[in-house]
Amino acid sequence: MLRFSKTKIIATMAVILIGLLLAVPSLMSREEREAFQRSLPGWVPSWLIPSRAVVLGLDLQGGSHVLLEVDVPDLLRTQSTALRDDVRRVLREARVSPQGGIQLNPRGVQIRVPDQADREKILPRLRELAQPLGSAVLGQGGGRDLEVTSTPDGLITLTYTDAGINEKVRRAVDQSIEVIRRRIDVTGTTEPSIQRQGADRVLVQVPGLQDPQRLKELLGRTAKLEFRLLGQQGAADVDMLPMREAGGQKVPVERRVIAEGGDLVDAQPAFDSRTNEPIVNFRFNIRGAQRFGQATSENIGRPLAIVLDNEVISAPTIQSAITGGSGQISGRFTVQQAQDLAVLLRAGALPAKLTIVEERTVGPGLGQDSIEAGKKATYVAAILVMLFMFATYGMFGLFANIALLVHVGLIFGLMSVLEATLTLPGIAGIVLTIGTAVDSNVLIYERIREEAHAGRSIPSAIQAGFERAFATIVDSNSTMAIAAVILFFLGSGPVRGFAVVFILGILTTVITAVTLTRMMIALWYHWMRPKALPF
Amino acid sequence: MRLIRIWPESAHFDFMRLRRFSFPLSATLSLLTVVLLFTVGLNFGIDFRGGTLMELQAKSGRAEVAKLRQTAEGFGFGEVEVQEFGTAGGVSLRFPIQAGGEAAQSAVVQKARDTFGNEYEFRRVETVGPRVSGELVQSGTIGVILSVIAVLFYLWFRFERELAIGAIVGTLHDIVLTVGFFVITRHEFNMTSIAAILTIVGYSLNETVVVFDRTRELMRRYKTMPVEELLNLSINTTMSRTVMTATTTALSLLALVIFGGRAIEGFAQVMLYGVVVCTYSAIFISSPMLIYIGLRSTETAKAPEGKVAPAE
Repeated sequence: MLRFSKTKIIATMAVILIGLLLAVPSLMSREEREAFQRSLPGWVPSWLIPSRAVVLGLDLQGGSHVLLEVDVPDLLRTQSTALRDDVRRVLREARVSPQGGIQLNPRGVQIRVPDQADREKILPRLRELAQPLGSAVLGQGGGRDLEVTSTPDGLITLTYTDAGINEKVRRAVDQSIEVIRRRIDVTGTTEPSIQRQGADRVLVQVPGLQDPQRLKELLGRTAKLEFRLLGQQGAADVDMLPMREAGGQKVPVERRVIAEGGDLVDAQPAFDSRTNEPIVNFRFNIRGAQRFGQATSENIGRPLAIVLDNEVISAPTIQSAITGGSGQISGRFTVQQAQDLAVLLRAGALPAKLTIVEERTVGPGLGQDSIEAGKKATYVAAILVMLFMFATYGMFGLFANIALLVHVGLIFGLMSVLEATLTLPGIAGIVLTIGTAVDSNVLIYERIREEAHAGRSIPSAIQAGFERAFATIVDSNSTMAIAAVILFFLGSGPVRGFAVVFILGILTTVITAVTLTRMMIALWYHWMRPKALPF
Repeated sequence: MRLIRIWPESAHFDFMRLRRFSFPLSATLSLLTVVLLFTVGLNFGIDFRGGTLMELQAKSGRAEVAKLRQTAEGFGFGEVEVQEFGTAGGVSLRFPIQAGGEAAQSAVVQKARDTFGNEYEFRRVETVGPRVSGELVQSGTIGVILSVIAVLFYLWFRFERELAIGAIVGTLHDIVLTVGFFVITRHEFNMTSIAAILTIVGYSLNETVVVFDRTRELMRRYKTMPVEELLNLSINTTMSRTVMTATTTALSLLALVIFGGRAIEGFAQVMLYGVVVCTYSAIFISSPMLIYIGLRSTETAKAPEGKVAPAE
């Protein structure tokens, strides 16, 4: 029968009221929220006051979403180059010289040592270069990152294993996240989000960014700085690198690195006191200062190449030994370029090149327009649906409309608690649920009408209507929910925002359409004792 | 107070008879969609095709489309699609995916910003590389297939097998016709479209389940009623609810189409179409299917007059 105990009424109202209160912060602007927080007297505990608000997605508040991927071939090249230096050291110590030098492979290096005695001398040492993998399970310390094989005719190959490469990529992503964080912090943007995605990707989300191009500059640069001497054309052990001051013309640079970006402790933009050009001043740590001092004192009069990401920025001639551990980089920079270079050097180099595989940037103006349009559509949809419901079901339509408003409020309340992100498709989802939310009420009312026509008394018709429609409501909402859950796991960003609203909307529909309307109808019957259904 | 009634109280409309029209119609439309899908194809957005999309807003309030197109074509990034929208100087540019792999995409944005940055505000820039677009295609396809399978299991679990099959046929029909809508209107097909299709899957089942719930109930009540009559009765008794819900959903979607802004408009239009198709298929496709599947093994349904091949 249509009996609602007092406790049940109070409990239902309490749940709904709490849900709606939680939605309140989302309706205020940030300033209003903070002002309200301050205006509270001190004895009110902070947990009592809802303070969490719905997070606006980047498509609504404007900002940049950039997905970066570690360039694995580049990472392996870097690793193989380092391996080549290690192998060279081992050969030198063992006094073994391979035929035709050390060859770089895509996944390692190879050498040819025809003499068997030599081979036996160096093989154990080469095997020592292999690092055990950090993720080896206890009692299974078998995994190593490097595989050393040799053939009877003297070919020795050192190849990184798949597990080794995965480990390196994982580490590169971790390092990249740290470096990116340091770089973005300098730009002073609020609340950037930097997270790993998949095996080899980093997702950077920066809300409300004014200059996405600069962000990409900061993210995309590896910023590997090296100090090397200019070499002789055609000599062994030189690389031909483009020179910026000479318009990209290639110059020979010795492979030996005197000092590198990792040895820097500080870098600051400044102006050259003589030419008034923007420059970058840097300071070395002790190791870097020693090596730099020694190399400059031995090579006075020779040009020193300052190499950034395999491009020679400038090659000033060494005038005197630089032993103080500090120096400057010039290279016809603009002020902005000098500032950015200083930031990059302070934040450190990326372990490998990062490629931008996806970028989505929305200007703040568009986001604002989307919110306005979304609000308007929501109001219009709500008013249309409510008028229609009232015109069809009269008093009962009014009950359904109250339930509808509570339903929208609860969606916001739940989203605030979950700190879910509201996206543009999410707004579309809210408007869509306004249309579908009344479906449950319509099912119930039509059923009540049927039961009344079949000759039941009013209370029994209402009772039967609710009971019989309930199974249908559960069935129809479950199928909707299945589609929504799949969408949630499948989509990302805006589409996922739609799925969240959709799922929450289904939950709150069942609460409001079934429980709340039932309570209202029960109370109405209790007070009015009607002789006929109002529709 | 006079209240509106859209659907008469005690209607006894013979819906099942119309299957001789609805089946051929749907079969033709589905076939047409498949043919068009392979000949004309979908207008894939950058989510699935890769490339760069920009939305610009003229600072002066008037976009010079012809000049924009000429300049953009001159970049050498391949064929550019330039579209004007609105009246206040909004333009969208779409560049194809660049051959130089992921890194080459960035050059497009840089060049456009340098060239148009003074006269236009960049309201939206989206770049999707070849690898990501491939992944999106994969996850989109998997999602649609997975949702159909998951829902099939649910129906299997909740309903008799024949009802589950009928509902799934209706849902597949709705997916095909939605794809047809995309092919014919040339609406951009992207990740949001996948969201629309999954929503339509949900709505389609919602409609069918309401009718079939009633069918099941009536089957228990009237043990000897012929299938056709049973289905007609199910549809007639749930019709007022079907019309109501279709109307409220359509009203809210209409609000989205008119006021929701450009970014939502496409989604809302597809959904609006979807509501119509789902309502139609629940009544004229899923339900009559049961006559052919043979809802009651105990009872041989009378062979329908006229040879109508079942759709699909």
